[in-house]
Amino acid sequence: MSTLSSYAPLLPETIMALGAMALLMLGAFEKESDFSAETVGWLAIVLMAAVILVIAEEGPERIALFDGAFVSDAFSRFAKILILAGSAATLLMSFGYLKRVRIMKFELPVLVLLSAVGMMMLVSAADLIALYLGLELMSLALYVLAAFRRDEVRSSESGLKYFVLGALSSGMLLYGMSLIYGFTGSTSFEVISGVAKDGVLGTNIGLMVGLVFLLVGLAFKVSAVPFHMWTPDVYDGAPSPVTAFFAAAPKLAAMAVLVRVLWTAFPGAVQQWQQIVIFLSIASMLLGSFAAIGQESIKRLLAYSSIANIGFALVGLSAATEEGVWSVLVYLGIYLVMTLGAFACVLAMRRETGPVEMIGDLAGLPDRHLGMATAFAALMFSLAGIPPLAGFFAKLYVFKAAIDAGLYALAIVGVLASVVGAYYYLRVIKVMFFDEAKDPLSEVEGGVGLVMGLSTALLLLYVVFGSYLEGPALAAAKSLKF
Amino acid sequence: MELTAAFFYLFAILMIASATTVIVAKNPVHAVLFLIVTFFNAAGLFVLLGAEFIAMLLVIVYVGAVAVLFLFVVMMLDVDFAELKAGFIRNAPVGLLVGGVVLAELVALFVAKGFGLGMAKVTAAAIPQDISNTEALGRLIYTRYVYFFEAAGLVLLVAMIGAIVLTLKHKPNVRRQSISAQVNRHPATAMAVVKVKSGEAIVPDAVTKREAAE
Amino acid sequence: MIYTAIVFLPLLGALIAGLFGRVIGERPSEIITTGLLMASAAMSWVVFSQVAIGHEVPGTVRLLPWITSGELNAAWALKVDTLTSVMLVVVTTVSALVHLYSIGYMHEDDSRQRFFAYLSLFTFAMLMLVTSSNLLQMFFGWEGVGLASYLLIGFWYKKPEANAAAIKAFVVNRVGDFGFALGIFGVYYIFRTIDLDAIFAAAAGQQGKTFQFLGYDVDVLTTLCLLLFMGAMGKSAQFLLHTWLPDAMEGPTPVSALIHAATMVTAGVFMVARLSPLFEYAPLALQVVTLVGAVTAFFAATVGLVQNDIKRVIAYSTCSQLGYMFVACGVGAYGAGIFHLFTHAFFKALLFLGAGSVIHAMHHEQDMRNMGGLRHKIPTTFILMTIGTLALTGVGIPHVGGFAGFHSKDAIVEAAYAAHTPHDYAFWLLVVAALMTSFYSWRLVFMTFFGETRADHHTYDHAHESPNVMLVPLYVLSLGAILAGLLFSAYFIGHEYKEFWGAALFELPGKDILHHMHEVPDWVGLAPTMAMITGFIVAWLYYIQLPWLPAATARLLKPLYLFLLNKWYFDELYDLVFVRPAFAIGRLLWKGGDGAIIDGTINGTAAAAGWTAGRVMKLQTGYVYHYAFAMLIGVALLLTWFMYAGGIV
Repeated sequence: MSTLSSYAPLLPETIMALGAMALLMLGAFEKESDFSAETVGWLAIVLMAAVILVIAEEGPERIALFDGAFVSDAFSRFAKILILAGSAATLLMSFGYLKRVRIMKFELPVLVLLSAVGMMMLVSAADLIALYLGLELMSLALYVLAAFRRDEVRSSESGLKYFVLGALSSGMLLYGMSLIYGFTGSTSFEVISGVAKDGVLGTNIGLMVGLVFLLVGLAFKVSAVPFHMWTPDVYDGAPSPVTAFFAAAPKLAAMAVLVRVLWTAFPGAVQQWQQIVIFLSIASMLLGSFAAIGQESIKRLLAYSSIANIGFALVGLSAATEEGVWSVLVYLGIYLVMTLGAFACVLAMRRETGPVEMIGDLAGLPDRHLGMATAFAALMFSLAGIPPLAGFFAKLYVFKAAIDAGLYALAIVGVLASVVGAYYYLRVIKVMFFDEAKDPLSEVEGGVGLVMGLSTALLLLYVVFGSYLEGPALAAAKSLKF
Repeated sequence: MELTAAFFYLFAILMIASATTVIVAKNPVHAVLFLIVTFFNAAGLFVLLGAEFIAMLLVIVYVGAVAVLFLFVVMMLDVDFAELKAGFIRNAPVGLLVGGVVLAELVALFVAKGFGLGMAKVTAAAIPQDISNTEALGRLIYTRYVYFFEAAGLVLLVAMIGAIVLTLKHKPNVRRQSISAQVNRHPATAMAVVKVKSGEAIVPDAVTKREAAE
Repeated sequence: MIYTAIVFLPLLGALIAGLFGRVIGERPSEIITTGLLMASAAMSWVVFSQVAIGHEVPGTVRLLPWITSGELNAAWALKVDTLTSVMLVVVTTVSALVHLYSIGYMHEDDSRQRFFAYLSLFTFAMLMLVTSSNLLQMFFGWEGVGLASYLLIGFWYKKPEANAAAIKAFVVNRVGDFGFALGIFGVYYIFRTIDLDAIFAAAAGQQGKTFQFLGYDVDVLTTLCLLLFMGAMGKSAQFLLHTWLPDAMEGPTPVSALIHAATMVTAGVFMVARLSPLFEYAPLALQVVTLVGAVTAFFAATVGLVQNDIKRVIAYSTCSQLGYMFVACGVGAYGAGIFHLFTHAFFKALLFLGAGSVIHAMHHEQDMRNMGGLRHKIPTTFILMTIGTLALTGVGIPHVGGFAGFHSKDAIVEAAYAAHTPHDYAFWLLVVAALMTSFYSWRLVFMTFFGETRADHHTYDHAHESPNVMLVPLYVLSLGAILAGLLFSAYFIGHEYKEFWGAALFELPGKDILHHMHEVPDWVGLAPTMAMITGFIVAWLYYIQLPWLPAATARLLKPLYLFLLNKWYFDELYDLVFVRPAFAIGRLLWKGGDGAIIDGTINGTAAAAGWTAGRVMKLQTGYVYHYAFAMLIGVALLLTWFMYAGGIV
């Protein structure tokens, strides 16, 4: 009964995993050089593009494999396409940087591919074990990537920190999972949701504690406050293309799986998890917004920005409605584009002497690189949530979802936090356009320029192309049920 | 049944005691040794459950490989454990406070609500009696759990790649053993017959080369 | 058509000089504006002869519709009657002469185009004011002259005193304008129109009506008239709102002559006369007008006694003479008030321009203590100034005739007596004021032109007569100062006054104050002349005969002297009562409101945000175990919260 064709939904992951191994072999047996590493990188990009096409060709139906451990539905396909696009875009803009700091190794694209496989498994996971394995596959690759510039102390340190704290969070996650398994008798979301029906959590203490620990583990991955502490240090220390990768796809994958767990495994415990999510949301929004104010490093700024953004996305999840889930997905899509664009700008910040990452280095940017300055300004405006840029709609939708769900206080806090946030985004623009010019930056490279231009165009023209994101997101939100 | 219960409590108490000792032991070598004791007791518990394969895995993998590796690391690395200890003691009160709060809450909850309450009625699959532990695991891993198995494989692959990429260094001036070169050596290339005239010395190639360089 | 030309030729000049002054140069700007003003003045005299002497009243000339909103209708229109024609003559004649004079006086200045543009702009605004057929247009002209006055006082904007004076004039006038604006609103509210003719027609119907205010029944017309009079007080520098006028002397002297003597400051008198049909039905308001006028006449004269700045003396004199005019209006002798306005314009402009000539000769020295003996150096100016003084003090032979002031001022004094104010206070105040007027006027002449010079030799030796371009206007004005009273008294206040004024002025039937004024006892008619002579003699004693006497008197009556020298301490009082509290309130709002509350909220938010950011950043220690510990605290927190808030325990 189980013919090979019945495993077709697993095809994207299979292609990715086999492709990663093939590229590993190619890299290992090819004479080591920048050229061969870049070839591997380009092949990885092609591979991911091909997989995007494969996923896009899949039908709209929901298919579960391995006793429901792996599901392929509109939700997972939506997330996977964004994950692959984000990963490919980060790779695309990383080559120049990697060559300059002499860490252009073929293992990097391979690790990105394997990490992407982990994310894909993660967003398709409908089972705690599958979730854990996907999460570990993703994270382990990320630990290595963070420390990839192993001769640089900061990079090694950030990798180590991430690894140690990640191990701690994994421990909590596993503890939570074991409690849930122990009190429901299953790791399958479907079975768990059957046990954790309305009101059960009120009496089933073990399940409740398990849910808390599970949420903590996932909150670490999305870097929600107070499990965010690693984020600024790791973003700052890791090589910039790796940071870009960190901020984009893994965040999206972890948020997606958070949505799926809460929405499919614990639909009967909305009242309980809603409070945790609201807490995480408010804490993340406020801390992310306030802490970003004093930052001088653009990478640290973006680290706190990503914390705040996760807080905003969690606002949508707090609503615990289908509209809320939809708004989260739209938010994540727009966040991905904004993050990639912002990091493209960060990667474009370099002088002959090497990469620079202070906000002050941006002063006088419009004089020499008007295009980049425009893109940077558009990105910052979008992150600040100024209409009619995409970032405005992202925030609008999550706040609207919260208000429709009656969470007025949360929406108000969110708006206040975005006001504070606007301050530091606009400060970057102020520095760029009004401060005393410094030494000019070097020319922008092709790949970086492409990502920068593309993301800026998408943000500016969101009102035109927004429906291409919002439509699939709606289908994805609707597919989240058994 | 009483005997099983007695052994369960024996193993469990010993495990908790040795695990505590791992944390509080002054000498790190002692700590690792107590960790091994903990693993052994855990293996004993698995045996009591009838999971002898996992018990053996625990002994072989954790005791045989992981713990011994720990021991090597502890002995080879020059870590100032006294200083670490000092930090531990300094931060202990706060840590104990938070840990104590969590513990107190959990205990209070379980006591208040009762241990068994809300426990799932779904029990785990019964241990198959007709086939061995190993065979049963094998059947499951390669069928129902093949997805997890392969995923775990990928995780390990990433770990391996990571270990290599972060530690492997190609030092250009290190002489490596070239086995093929050694195997392919034969008298024609390795030996030279030289006739020595009286009153002259034999100067090897290496010496001439060095003198030429000078 | 001729009326339109009179009003808009100055505007044309202002636009040419203002917009194209830099292109066409200074001299052409002067010639164009002065020429246009002269044409305007010539036409004004034609209009005067037709309308006032010939009794051809053309009524209202509509120019353009302006505002049509529901009941509110306002049009640009020129109301031409005798009152208008008198004002046209005064304004355009003095303005033309001042333009001409300024060519000489300002010849060293760099931005003469601007100056002449302002002068012409002022003239246009003043003409709009006097020709207005509705209150809105009057307000437009009112504010227009205020603006031009502000610009001209602050013409030397690099002088801080000039700027301060300009702002002071503007601010004090705002107080009056506030009342004026309220008055206009009130008029519209009561009459549902702002057209003057319609208001006058309806005024009788409103007599005695009251409205409720704070539980009191208040007379409608009295309230309206008092509000409107408040505007007049501001504009005409009457008691309590007078403080800006002396300071306005910081402007160029031709400006003082035109705006702060002859024309703008008389706008208040004109307004009361224009609105006589309204004021006549508000006797209480008229009593207030009389009181304010009399007090001002007295007060300003006392202050004028001791001032040393030549222009300030004349400024206080102006203030005092305006008081006379208001007394005339207040007692119902509008004709006498306007007549005094008419004659005053000539001799006061003459005095100012003469003083300008003195200042010009003395290289911009204005302090009379540094003058003296100038009659030998600038004899023409001396003679002209003396003529002005004779006119101002009202020299003349009773029942025969005299200088301009003799006719108009004495008429007012008589009217004040005829009106029978309580204890004849208005009459006595005016007589005493006349005595003081005589004293300070002659004091000015004696201090400036007689005795040994107190100027330094260099200045004295180089003192020179002004050029003809400055003297010719003075000749013309001195002609007016000598003859205006003699020629026109019959028309303005004499037996022809009823035909002369026609419908322009209104008097309650039976009041007929101008008639009664001629039937006062003889001693009343002689009183101002006696006061004038007394003042002259005292001044002669003080400054010619016994030069040590002023200092001795000042020592003897030191408190009084200081009181007068410091202008009754009004500036200090206002500083204490209004300016400081206003600044304090301003500072409070700025520092406290804007600064502490608004900025404080904003900056405080920013600071709090920065502080929070600092705290949060401090949390980011970089130690892994701190991070791990934070996570554990988070777990503990979530668990605790979940349990208690989740309602599990």
